[in-house]
Order: sequence, then structure tokens, then C-alpha cells
Amino acid sequence: MKSTTSRRDFLRISTTSAFVLALGFSSDSKGRQLQKVTTVGVQINPYININAVGKVTLFNPRPDMGQGTYQILPMLLAEELDIPLERVEIQMTDGSDRFGSQLSGGSSSVRTRWIPLRTAGATVREMLVQAAANRWKISTNDCSTKDGFVINNQSKAKLSYGDLVEEASHLPVPAKPKLKSFSEFTQLGKPSMRPDVPAKVDGTAIFGMDVQLPGMLYASILHSPYIYGKVQSYDATKAMAVTGVRFVLKTERVFFHGPYSDSGGFDQKLRGKSDAIAVVGESYWSALKAKKLVQVSWNALGFGETATEQYFNQAKAAALHEGNEYKDAKVGDFAKALQLSDYKVQGTYQTPFMSHAPMEPCNATVFVQGDQVEVWAPVQGPDGLVNDLSTYLGVKRENIKVNVTFMGGAFGRKAVFDFVMQAANLSKQVNAPVKLIWTREDDIQQGPYRPGMISAMQGGLDKDGNVLAFEHRLNGASIMSSVFKADMRNNPDPWAGEGINLEDSPYAFPARRNSFNWVDPQIPVLWWRSVYASTNVFAQESFMDELAFEGEKDPLDLRLHLLRDAPKFVTVLNKLAEISDYRAKRKQGVSIGIAIARSFASIVAHAIVVEKQNTGVKIKHVYSVIDCGFPLNPDNIKAQVESNIVYGLSAAICNQITRTHGKTDQSNFHEYTVLRQGEIPASTIFVMPSQEEPGGVGEPGLPPIAPALCNAVFLATGKRIRTLPFDMSSI
Amino acid sequence: MSIYQLSVNKKKHRVDVDSDTPLLWVIRDVIGYTGTKFGCGMGLCGACTVLLNGTPIRSCSTPVSSLKPTDKITTIEGLSENATHPVQEAWVEAQVPQCGYCQSGQILAASALLASNPNPSDEDIDTAMSGNICRCGTYTRMRQAIHSAAHKIQTAKKS
Repeated sequence: MKSTTSRRDFLRISTTSAFVLALGFSSDSKGRQLQKVTTVGVQINPYININAVGKVTLFNPRPDMGQGTYQILPMLLAEELDIPLERVEIQMTDGSDRFGSQLSGGSSSVRTRWIPLRTAGATVREMLVQAAANRWKISTNDCSTKDGFVINNQSKAKLSYGDLVEEASHLPVPAKPKLKSFSEFTQLGKPSMRPDVPAKVDGTAIFGMDVQLPGMLYASILHSPYIYGKVQSYDATKAMAVTGVRFVLKTERVFFHGPYSDSGGFDQKLRGKSDAIAVVGESYWSALKAKKLVQVSWNALGFGETATEQYFNQAKAAALHEGNEYKDAKVGDFAKALQLSDYKVQGTYQTPFMSHAPMEPCNATVFVQGDQVEVWAPVQGPDGLVNDLSTYLGVKRENIKVNVTFMGGAFGRKAVFDFVMQAANLSKQVNAPVKLIWTREDDIQQGPYRPGMISAMQGGLDKDGNVLAFEHRLNGASIMSSVFKADMRNNPDPWAGEGINLEDSPYAFPARRNSFNWVDPQIPVLWWRSVYASTNVFAQESFMDELAFEGEKDPLDLRLHLLRDAPKFVTVLNKLAEISDYRAKRKQGVSIGIAIARSFASIVAHAIVVEKQNTGVKIKHVYSVIDCGFPLNPDNIKAQVESNIVYGLSAAICNQITRTHGKTDQSNFHEYTVLRQGEIPASTIFVMPSQEEPGGVGEPGLPPIAPALCNAVFLATGKRIRTLPFDMSSI
Repeated sequence: MSIYQLSVNKKKHRVDVDSDTPLLWVIRDVIGYTGTKFGCGMGLCGACTVLLNGTPIRSCSTPVSSLKPTDKITTIEGLSENATHPVQEAWVEAQVPQCGYCQSGQILAASALLASNPNPSDEDIDTAMSGNICRCGTYTRMRQAIHSAAHKIQTAKKS
């Protein structure tokens, strides 16, 4: 996708010194306190502030959940500005309009800001150079920049950016600043140390959980066990008797981006919001302890008998029907091609509901004072939060300020702001700053979850094992319905086809059909790391191996043949075969399985070597190749692939969310288990060199991991895994 | 509410809290060391790990009343001056943290392992670190960093 440049990014916001007030964090002997800090300097551009002594502050418009935006977005600015990132101060943007979109999601941060932020940096650099050239009365061609200085190439005189910024701010903004070529980069494109790492090894990094304000009260919250629901009655007597408890209040939980009414939604079911009871106290412990003493009688509103099993049965029934077809995956006439095939192959795959379970449970600190609102929270998109709070509280957008903290993981969960709006609702009710902390049980039992999906696959082969027809029927919940109340009963959810459309999956099938059947999950669902690509690619790439097996082809050869017109895929597969020694003869019981997928504009292929042992199957090694375009920080790209391997394997072999009688069966990490040290396979990761525009990094490593594993398991044991998660020890 | 005397990071603190208050919330909300994190509240994830007389414990399930005034509690803020513990240095060199939320607990668990076992095997690392979850999946880098910190400590001793 070609990035477009937002004009808003280049408007000069001030021609004289701008005094920018921001909130920062400072340490004192008692720990960390929030303090008002003032950034004084000239802000030629919203993202760049330079003060008179040359100190540069860069504003990062993409919150960091561990994926590395805290480094790489400011580095786009710093690279073109010609200042080492180590010498700048990084601040997070606050959700205000002048920064444009500020959502970390869809592995889009670099893809969408690659040109705009570099242009912002180059614009300011050219203005500084012009100011220096004017002063020296020479041409800008005789000037260069390095490390925060403009250099006179003839006299070798130097002027610091701080000396020039006032003058530069009065100059016209260049219409077309020249961006560096890849070969001119001095910071981007090589392994570099992330600036947030030191603060994450000594406890000084500030997460949402760590925010402390004077006069702050703490809140714990009691949700409907059915997620949706209304409070019929509640008894707070015992809770109020706990030392330190100040209030037991009725509050609510809103389901995402509105409308926030009881009857919101295309089907008029009561899914706009649910009731909740909050305990507000002088310490979190008092609020948490008292929460357990509140007695609530819930009206489940018809959601009291829902169950995962029932949902999957509905999805399997839906799978018997042709769904609403995706245009972006249509090739030829699938039905006819299947009819003409010599062999038909079918497989129905099931992927479970998943909780994001980031290490830092949802939390937010909010202070509502009349029509002024200030938030400190781990959120993936402060601008979206400003929108939602404005609608929810009826407060003007410009009166809402969001202080984005580091996120202790998010994986999509913190891109909706139900927990922040709860804290806002409570702050308004008790007229004090309120810090709301969800428990791990709230996190795991309340959703929103990745939707569980049924993929019904069908393929047709000729006598020689060539694939003639390929069908992928998606059956399950729509995230777009859940988040935006969109009606997907008669439409293919446009998000749900990701990872398997023709651009992401350019297999040259003569006939192909993807379709979607909507099934009501009766619980809120949400994007979870790599979203539908995580479920779609499991089915798609497993079924590719089923077709290879039935057609008596090698799985790699079949893919290479069908991807012959997609050279980047072929290059990735060949590199994978090389680093994994794919064609080596392996001993009995040892097998290698592969899978490849493009998602979020990057291609990743994994090869997994497994060994059949007496106690089941063991993963010996994971080999990975990623082509994410020009690798901005190759070490971080590797780290993200490592991360996706672990997160994806946890989802394949450890955990799932199930529900019976309207309630989630899992509650904490003893029931929603995740991989731990000692359960992680060794890995070898290769980052493809590239001079193409950068693609996504935070998610593309995930989709092919489960099918690569299951393909390896099949080759080692003859057992085809079609339902996740599965138990490695019992195969 | 009762008064408790605690020694945290070599400093004495008098706190006035309920006897069942977990050490985690005393450290974070009363004393103000927020490097120790809340993750599960049941001792399952290790995000709240601190050292009690050098041994890793789960502060989320340790009531303040179970501690003696002579007990020495170390949080991530007290592990070293200026993040100079070999484990912290190795963590930076290997670029271990991603989101970073679990890392205080991981680092304290690793430092306790090396204090009792200066040259741990992979199996020793698995055993010592299996109580600490990392959802970002930084396990491989942590393993490398522990080996490299062990090497560094041994080299320093020899010289």
C-alpha cells in the first residue's frame, strides 16, 4: 500500500516560540511521580520541537506495546532531521487532532508513517539549512547537516540546530523536501538499541499501572458473569464495611465505539452497554477485597445459556451453505471447476476463541473535572480514545487530554477503551482522579475475544495431483459487527478475508472462491494479534498440505509451483528451504513442516522440525524467513518474529477460551495456560534484505506458525490436526 | 490497620495498612516502588516477583503480616545502582524486553538463580525461570542473557 501524505502533518503550527506544556515523569526517592514539565522551544512541525540550546524533542504518534514503535517512529523523524536518536527526547502524542491518526494496530505504524514522518524531518532540516545559508550568505548547496548541526562545507563552520531554529521558523515551508535514499540512511536499516530498554530493566518505565496522582482513589469492578447483563439488585453493606472503602457504585461497561445505548446494534439486542458495580477506595487492596463482598443479582438478558459448543455447532451448520462471496479472492468458476475435478478433498478446521491476556491487565487513571478530562492510560490509540470519550461524556474533543503510557502488552486488546470509559464514569461520579484496575479474572472472563472460526475447505485435483479448484468458507463472528455494530448477516466481513485474498495468497489456482457466513458469537469479539489471518491461515496452509498429500506432491514443491508468478514468495520459500535444510533426509519420526503467508504487507514462512517420541511430539527447531520490505531495525524484526512464534504456539498448543452456561470457563493463568521458559523451541530467523517500502512487523510472524507445526505433525505421525488447540503430548 | 516495619531496598519503612494487604500493594502504592508489577494476583505469572532475603517470592500473595522487620526485601529498584547488575547489563545487550512489563520479575528471578548457581545449565534456567510468564515471548533472549551474565560474573571473579 502506498502511503499518502496528510497535509495536516506539514502545517507550521507557530512562527514564533511555542510553549508546549506536556506531562512527563520524574523520579524521586519515593518512586515516580507525575509532574508538569515544560517543553519550551520552537515547534516548526507538530512532531519536532527544538529549543535554543539545541535539545530536540520528537513526538511519537504510535503507542508502544512492545513492538518497538517507541524507537522506530521517532527514528523516521531523526533520520531525515540528521540527529542521532540517542540525543533526542521522545514524547508520546496526546490524541489531539494535529497529530492525525495515532492508532497502533494492524501492523500499520511504519507503513502509514514512513513517508509523512520522514517528510516532517526533512522539512525541518531544509528550513534549518536555509536559515544557516542565509546567515552565511551562501547557497544551501554548500551546506550539509550532521548530528544536530548545519555545516558550512567551505569554511567548515558549524551552527547548532538550536541556534537556527528561531530564524528557520520564519522561513517558508519547502513544498517538496528531498528525502534520503536508502543508501543515505545512517540510522535506519541496521540493528540498533531500543531507547526504552534501559527503563525496562531498572523499573523506571511508566506503564498505565504505575500512574499515581495526588488525591487519587482506586477502583475495582464487578462485571456481569455473562459479559452482557443488567443489575437487578445489589447489596453493598459488607463491602462498605471494609476499611478504606469510600463508595460502592453502579457503573457500566460500554461496548466499544458506540452507540452507547441499551438497544444499540443491528439486531436490537442489548449489546451497547452492560451494567457493572464498582468499589472505589483509598487503596487498591481495599477496593479489591470489598469487591468480593458485594452481592449482585444479575439479569442475563437472554445471554445466560450461551455456550461455545453451541456456537461452533451453528458455525459448522452454516458451513454447509455457500457464504457471501469475497470479490478479492474470486478466480474462475469454482463450482464448475470442482465438478470437473478427478478428486475432491475436504477439510473442516476449527480455531478457538482466544483472550489477549497481556501481562498488564487493563487499567486507566482518569480525572474528570467539569468539562475538562485528563487520562493516563495504556492505550493503542489516544485519538480514538478522545473521540469515544467525547461522545460518551459529552465533552468537547479539545478538552480531553490523553497521556499515553507504555503498554504492558496489548495485542489488540487496548485498541478499544471500555476500561478507560469506566474510569471516566467513576471519576465523574466521585469527583476525584480514579485509577481503575481490572483483575486478571476480569481480563480473561470478560473478553472481548478473538472469534473462534470454522473454516470449511474444499479442493479439486486432476489425475496428476494438480489443483484445479480451491474454496475457503469462513464461518463465524464478525469483529466489525462487534466493534462498530455493522450488519454482516448478508455481507462478507471485509476484515475477515485477510491473509487469504489474492494479494496475500497468490496461489495460481484456476478457480477459487472465498466466502463468509456470519454466526452470532453472543459475546464481544475483537482483533487479536494478526486477527483473522491467525485463523484463516491455519486452515489455508494446513489444507495446502492436505492437497499436496492427496496429489502426491512435496508440500514445498506444490507451493513453489502455485506461487510461480509471485517472485517474493518464491524467494522467501527458497531461503526457508536453505536455512532449514528442508530437503535433507531425516530419520524415522523426524519431519519438517512448512507454511507461508502474507499479512499486513509482509511475507513470513516458517519451517518446523518435530520429532515423534514416546511422550508425544516434540518441536526440535523453528526456522523462519520474513520479508517485511526494507528492514528498519533488523534486530527488532527478529525479536518480533520470536515473539510471534511464542504467542502463536501458545494459541496452537496451550490455551483457548470456552464458555458454558453463559460464563467463561477459564479465569487466570492456571486455566488459560501459556508457554513458559523451558517450553520454547530454539529458532533461527532470517530477515530478507530488501529495498522495498517497509511492511508490517508486529503480527505477520504469527499466522503461519500453527499450520507449519500441524503440517510437521502430520508428516511425523500421519495425524492431521484440524482443531486448535491440540495436546502435543498425546499424539 | 496496623503498623508494620519493612526493610525494602536497604531502607526502613513504617507502613500503616491492613494485615492482609499483599506485599505487592504495599511496595507499589504505599512505599512507591512501581517497578514491581501486578499480573495475576495468584502467584501464577511472576510479574510481582521480589527478593525476600535473596529468594524470589510472589509479592501478590505474600501478606504484609507474614514478614519480619529483619526481612530484607529487594525490588528491581534496589537490585543495583544505575542498572549495573550483570543481569541488567546482559538484558540490555541482548535487547531482551519488548513490552517490558514482566521484566522486573524476570530479572530478579535470574539474579537469584545466578547468586545460588553461578554457572546454570539450560535445565537450571528452565527450572528457575518457569514461574515467570512473558507474553511477548522473550524467553530465548532471556536464556542467552542469563548465560552471558553468568559468563561475565565468572570472568570478573577470575580477573
